[in-house]
Amino acid sequence: MRKTTRLHNVIKGVTGVLVASTIMFSVSTASAEDAKVGFVYVGPVGDHGWTYRHDLGRQAVEKETGAETTFVESVEEGADAERVIRKLASSGHNIIFTTSFGYMNPTLKVAKQFPNVKFEHATGYKQADNMATYSARFYEGRAVIGTIAGMMSKTGVVGYIASFPIPEVVRGINAFALAMQKVNPDAVVKVVWVNSWYDPGKEGDAAKALIDQGADMITQHTDSPAPLQVAEQRGVQGFGQASDMSAFAPTAQLTAIIDDWDPYYVSRVKAVMDGTWTSGDVWEGIDTGMVGFAPYGDAVPADVRAAADAVKQGIVDGSLHPFTGPITNQAGEQVIGEGETLDDGVLLSMDWYVQGVQGELGQ
Amino acid sequence: MGEVLIAAVLTIITAATPLVYASIGEMISEKAGVLNLGVEGMMLMGAVCGFAAVNATDSSAIGIIVGMLAGSGLSLIFAVLVLGFQATQVATGLALTIFGIGISSLIGQDLVGIAYDGLPKLPIPGLSAIPVAGKLLFNHDILVYGSFVLILVVSWFLRSTRSGLILRAVGDSHDAAHAIGYHVIRIRYMAILFGGAMSGLAGAYLSLSYSPLWIENMSAGRGWIALALVVFATWRPWRVFTGAYLFGGITILQLHAQALGIGVPAQVMSMLPYVATIIVLVLISQDHNKIKLNAPACIGKPFHPTS
Repeated sequence: MRKTTRLHNVIKGVTGVLVASTIMFSVSTASAEDAKVGFVYVGPVGDHGWTYRHDLGRQAVEKETGAETTFVESVEEGADAERVIRKLASSGHNIIFTTSFGYMNPTLKVAKQFPNVKFEHATGYKQADNMATYSARFYEGRAVIGTIAGMMSKTGVVGYIASFPIPEVVRGINAFALAMQKVNPDAVVKVVWVNSWYDPGKEGDAAKALIDQGADMITQHTDSPAPLQVAEQRGVQGFGQASDMSAFAPTAQLTAIIDDWDPYYVSRVKAVMDGTWTSGDVWEGIDTGMVGFAPYGDAVPADVRAAADAVKQGIVDGSLHPFTGPITNQAGEQVIGEGETLDDGVLLSMDWYVQGVQGELGQ
Repeated sequence: MGEVLIAAVLTIITAATPLVYASIGEMISEKAGVLNLGVEGMMLMGAVCGFAAVNATDSSAIGIIVGMLAGSGLSLIFAVLVLGFQATQVATGLALTIFGIGISSLIGQDLVGIAYDGLPKLPIPGLSAIPVAGKLLFNHDILVYGSFVLILVVSWFLRSTRSGLILRAVGDSHDAAHAIGYHVIRIRYMAILFGGAMSGLAGAYLSLSYSPLWIENMSAGRGWIALALVVFATWRPWRVFTGAYLFGGITILQLHAQALGIGVPAQVMSMLPYVATIIVLVLISQDHNKIKLNAPACIGKPFHPTS
């Protein structure tokens, strides 16, 4: 049985009634052996980025398990999220995926109230018996595109459009900067925070500001293709985020980091169906395919492709860790020495910049 | 550095233009006594329909017109509900926004992922060759020029024309306006439709010029900012215009400051446009008598022609 409930939830409170009634609709159609799966998205499914990729994962779940799925899109992080998650939990969903960092505490709170419902929270660090976390090692992808940027940037200055100063984003910036410096020791990464996951206009403005300030390459940790489109217009290069964005930047996109949640979502829903689901923490990277790449753009020369492929290969076979010392922080203090690597604990709580990253990291 | 400054100002103009359209349109509607909270929804309708029209016809002129019509089309629903059926303006406006967000996503489903080059720049012959000023003022697309014309025309209309006076009269005291024979309902219809058309243009500017693509919910709250600007600027056209540029300007300048590596936390930077715009507009609008003079007294109140 397949059924999709599509909801728009933008204005807090006003839509509450709508959310409740629409979800209630799908309850009566679920039968005992079916799993009902809920998804909470931070952006619209048509963002062509982060949420879009999660929604492809949801579609894979429907196709491969036959489970019924519900999704609620554009849910604000914070109090509104708790309400949406609770509605899903109280309306017969067996497993609920909450797909943004800011849903961590709301998810945990609802998970405690609904011990029989399984919860999966993306990119967070709090677990419970019925709440697992999952994330992808996007920093591995950042190391690959950082290598390309280091080899191809002429000015050695790359603009990085960032969303919120959380470890996930800071880690990506640092991995990118370190990989770039490996190729070009003088490389500078200029970071601009737009304090939003999704605001095409503002993301584009940030890209313009960075290009005006001398960046000849743009990369981003926000969800819309607008920055890449600006890069295309201004004749500079860049990297797609979360999904292949070459339609918006046929010459500017050198490659894109692609989030592939499909296999994970399918396996977790199947586990709920046969009762083998257990809580846990999954953090997978290039090796399992959770972090993938779009094909190289025509502008990427053969030697750069070879170098980027070598980084991918090194990460997969374990011979290369993106956070290998010596690593120096922004203040010039050495964090780790030659040959050491940062462990996952440090990576998960990263709140400092490496040297060569320009900007102030608010706490 | 001069080049960077010019580039920054050009970006400021593009950031302020949608706010100018949406807030001036809303101001006219509010001057006639109608509070339409549906700006965000009308903007999205303008954005998606304008983009769809350009995609279908390859004509940017048709795109702009369709965007405008889409905005006023949506506002017509609002007008019929609040003027014809006396529905509450606040609730109807909120519903209009929700409806606009939903219907624009539906219309735009097949438009996600399509790229467009953006409206052509129309340099004004002769003037655009002037150093600095030529680049800043005379080398834009049609909608930016249009926003300059709009503010001039609207401020002249409200200040110096008989029709402008009637519009204000309807917003200040609909009973009095009705008693001396003006068609309150008809004037309000026109004001709402004009506001819708301007919101539609603001949306069309987003999807055709600002970031020329369609993705769901791409206005990202600009409609609400436009609404706030009208109130903080105390319903005066040039202050609304100033507010739009102030907000757009500080937004862009803080992005540049970050790119320069100025040591201020990013959260403070992101807060600046909101805080600064409110402070400046409140400071320049301190005179309570003048606020009373400019605020439409009948805003949000339903009008019963029979009573």
